[in-house]
Amino acid sequence: MLQGPVIILSAFAYLGVLFAIAYYADQRADAGKPVIASPYIYSLSLAVYATAWTFYGSVGRAASDGVGFLPIYIGPTLMIALWWLVMRKILRISKQNRITSLADFIASRYGKSALLGGIVTVIAVVGILPYISLQLKAVSTSYSILVQYPEIVIPTTLGEMPARQDTALWVALILAAFTIAFGTRHLDAAEHHQGMVAAIAFESLVKLLAFLAVGIFVTFGIYHGFGDLFARAAADPKLRAMMTPLEGVAGGYASWVWLTILSMMAIMFLPRQFQVTVIENLDEKHLNKAIWLFPLYMLAINIFVLPIAFGGLLHFPGGKVDADTFVLTLPMAEKQEALALLVFIGGLSAATGMVIVETIALSTMVCNDLVMPVLLRQRWLRLNQRPDLTGLLLGIRRGAIVLILLLGYLYFKLAGEAYALVSIGLISFAAVAQFAPVVLGGIFWKGGTRRGALCGLLGGFAVWFYTLLLPALARSGWVPIGLLEHGPFGIELLKPLALFGLAGLDQITHAMLWSMLANIGGYVGVSLLASPSVEEHRQASLFVDVFRQSGEGGGARFWRGTASVPELHSLLARFLGAAAADDAFREYAEGKGLRWRQDALEADAELVHHVEVQLAGAIGAASARVMVASVVKEEALTIEEVREILDEASQVVVYSHRLEQKSRQLEAATAELRAANERLTELDRLKDDFVSTVTHELRTPLTSIRAFTQILLEHPEVDTEQRTKFLGIITKETERLTRLINQVLDLSKIESGKAEWRESRLDMRELIGDAVTGMSQVFEEQNIKVELEMPQTVPAVRADVDRIIQVMLNLLSNAAKFCQPGGGRIRIALSAQTDALRVDVRDNGTGIDPADQALIFDKFRQVGDTLTAKPHGSGLGLHISRQIVEHFGGRMWVESRLGEGACFSFTLPHG
Amino acid sequence: MNDNAKGQRFVALCMLGLVLFNFPVLALFNVSGTVFGVPVLYAYVFAAWALLIALMALVAER
Repeated sequence: MLQGPVIILSAFAYLGVLFAIAYYADQRADAGKPVIASPYIYSLSLAVYATAWTFYGSVGRAASDGVGFLPIYIGPTLMIALWWLVMRKILRISKQNRITSLADFIASRYGKSALLGGIVTVIAVVGILPYISLQLKAVSTSYSILVQYPEIVIPTTLGEMPARQDTALWVALILAAFTIAFGTRHLDAAEHHQGMVAAIAFESLVKLLAFLAVGIFVTFGIYHGFGDLFARAAADPKLRAMMTPLEGVAGGYASWVWLTILSMMAIMFLPRQFQVTVIENLDEKHLNKAIWLFPLYMLAINIFVLPIAFGGLLHFPGGKVDADTFVLTLPMAEKQEALALLVFIGGLSAATGMVIVETIALSTMVCNDLVMPVLLRQRWLRLNQRPDLTGLLLGIRRGAIVLILLLGYLYFKLAGEAYALVSIGLISFAAVAQFAPVVLGGIFWKGGTRRGALCGLLGGFAVWFYTLLLPALARSGWVPIGLLEHGPFGIELLKPLALFGLAGLDQITHAMLWSMLANIGGYVGVSLLASPSVEEHRQASLFVDVFRQSGEGGGARFWRGTASVPELHSLLARFLGAAAADDAFREYAEGKGLRWRQDALEADAELVHHVEVQLAGAIGAASARVMVASVVKEEALTIEEVREILDEASQVVVYSHRLEQKSRQLEAATAELRAANERLTELDRLKDDFVSTVTHELRTPLTSIRAFTQILLEHPEVDTEQRTKFLGIITKETERLTRLINQVLDLSKIESGKAEWRESRLDMRELIGDAVTGMSQVFEEQNIKVELEMPQTVPAVRADVDRIIQVMLNLLSNAAKFCQPGGGRIRIALSAQTDALRVDVRDNGTGIDPADQALIFDKFRQVGDTLTAKPHGSGLGLHISRQIVEHFGGRMWVESRLGEGACFSFTLPHG
Repeated sequence: MNDNAKGQRFVALCMLGLVLFNFPVLALFNVSGTVFGVPVLYAYVFAAWALLIALMALVAER
């Protein structure tokens, strides 16, 4: 069943499905309903990290050094833990500056330097070639093995096949065509390839499922679970040694650590990872899910690596079958045709995913940062005058894709066959790790300069080339092998694998050590020596302080010059097409509240900046700068002016912040003062009232006492009866005076908190009885009937007996004073409520006007016309009573209607 | 949780990972023997990895 045509047909059917998914996603994106706007799809698209290396190569690596394949996945997990700090910042910077690729990012950071962008592009392309060749090798090898089914023949002579049968070449060409169809159908100002992302996410699912299927088949189909598999492996002394692989191996831990660091860098700076993580990101919030979903994906796809490796080693003893092919050869040996085909498709999806994204990312870089800056400087080409450049841009990108894949194929031919898959991939990892210092330094350290970045990158890349790429070529016989054994010109100290005599490390550790030394040393050292230009200064602060800026307009204030709107518009139209240029201008005009083409736009710094950012989205920051400069008469700012702008702005911010704070504090203080003043005024008024009322109340009895004593003094002839009457009045008035003075003293004590309260448990029944008895004389004199209504038992309350008696007597005497003359009736009711006792004292007098009810508890407040009627009391009794009741946690109030008597009530909480 | 606190937690998790997957902690588990039939080192690496991912999920989604 598994003949060549079947396999090829399946592969093409699979690619067809991918294309359909991509097409659908692109349609949805154009309709404004993106399918990829989901954190899950974003996380799956990040899994483009898992390539044929993971799919085939991990098992190969595991078959030689056990857990040695794992740092490649644990490293990214550790790096992703820092994504919240690092990647969020890169995302924000890239969105604000319309970054289109890693080269664009670095060029942009160091003063929009076209030279730097070009160097980054060259390093990326050269560095990634081994990685692409790895994918080609994996696909063509897996095809060559599968097509031999049911025999298992490991192809050894791929290099000598005639071109017509050379699968790797065919794979490269087909993938190039496919990638062109995918990634360069049209030009997007934001460089989004939504269709591609959807297809990549689907591929991630396919390769995961395929790998898990093989893993489960090997572990549970061929063997009886993990225990059985590992137990059989442990029986073989060679395999048992692999279960503790970290000891004994030269540089076991060092190599583990360097692989971890290397892959930490790779997950950030592989061009395809940068593409899917940063450029294709639609929403910063997707990071939250991706931070744990993507590591989980890596964990899942690695669980069965060791079982498959051990299974393969047990199944094919003697090393006749290449461990890199175990994933495929195990199902084949067990005659599982469908599974073998699924594995082939899974491997294909792993490889195509990588190749598509990587070449799109690289072609964008080649076009924007290498070819366009050069072309735009060639005045004889008159590109400035061409009306539409979109075709040219797309053409360059398509050419770049074909070229990169063919170069990858060439590398495969030159050097690919001497190495295992993982070793090829690691060479690429080491190359992209060279970007780490300039990017990470660039977003956290303002001091990094263009010259520093150039030195660091070139130094690191040179060492990488000498210690990793050159040996790879030498081993394949393209460079004399003597170079490795004796060093160039026989200088032993310069041997590429033991530079300056540093021997005993594995190749990657050795290369990383020296290249990072050269890279970081060059970057930091030169940055500290050279002073940055204006442009670098401004870009450094735009990048490092990205979270402090409000929006995209951040760069505009650094510009000064003159331009015209039609010129800017036609510039944009040349690169984006007229429709997109119209959109960009309309968007800008609407942002200003104007109508595009109807209102006059001003070609000010902001508009120029807007155009430059739009343009950067299509052709990269460095090229955009050159193009905008061609239509704009710019007056360069000096470094002092930029510093001034920056300093001024930051000082103004600081000042205004401080002022705001001060004024807030002042407002708060003013409000407090106002409140205090109001309180004091009120107290003052109350004091005045009190003094005048007390004086008035004291004068009334005094006046009458003085009048009567004067009569008695001046008229000794007054008869005894009259005299007794007068003396009676005088006594009564003195008593009133005493009472008044006592009450005033009482009140001042209560109000100042100096009153003595003696609390005890008391029985209200008893207390009310005592109070009524004390008043009985008065009631009898005035012929008042008293009714008592009390339950048999009531809960005790905690209060001061004397004070509560005082309250009761006050209420009773008030009731006696105001009840109907002659036929007075007073009802006293005691009742127990849920948490308090309630006492009601009801009379049948004239009642109290509702308007007065709220006032009668105030000091010296008496109901009725105080001018005509003689006051019945001091006006302090009710006020003091209420103070007492409230002191014990109860309350006092009155209910009454005119003509129907009044009912004074109070409550006291249970003790 | 504000951005700053979240960032600090992630840095702490990265540090934890660096310790868990490095000498000498790794050496403690580089011994012969099995856990549920799986060699100790492999069981440890995968368990620690899973734990780290779980903690990252916890911090990320809070």
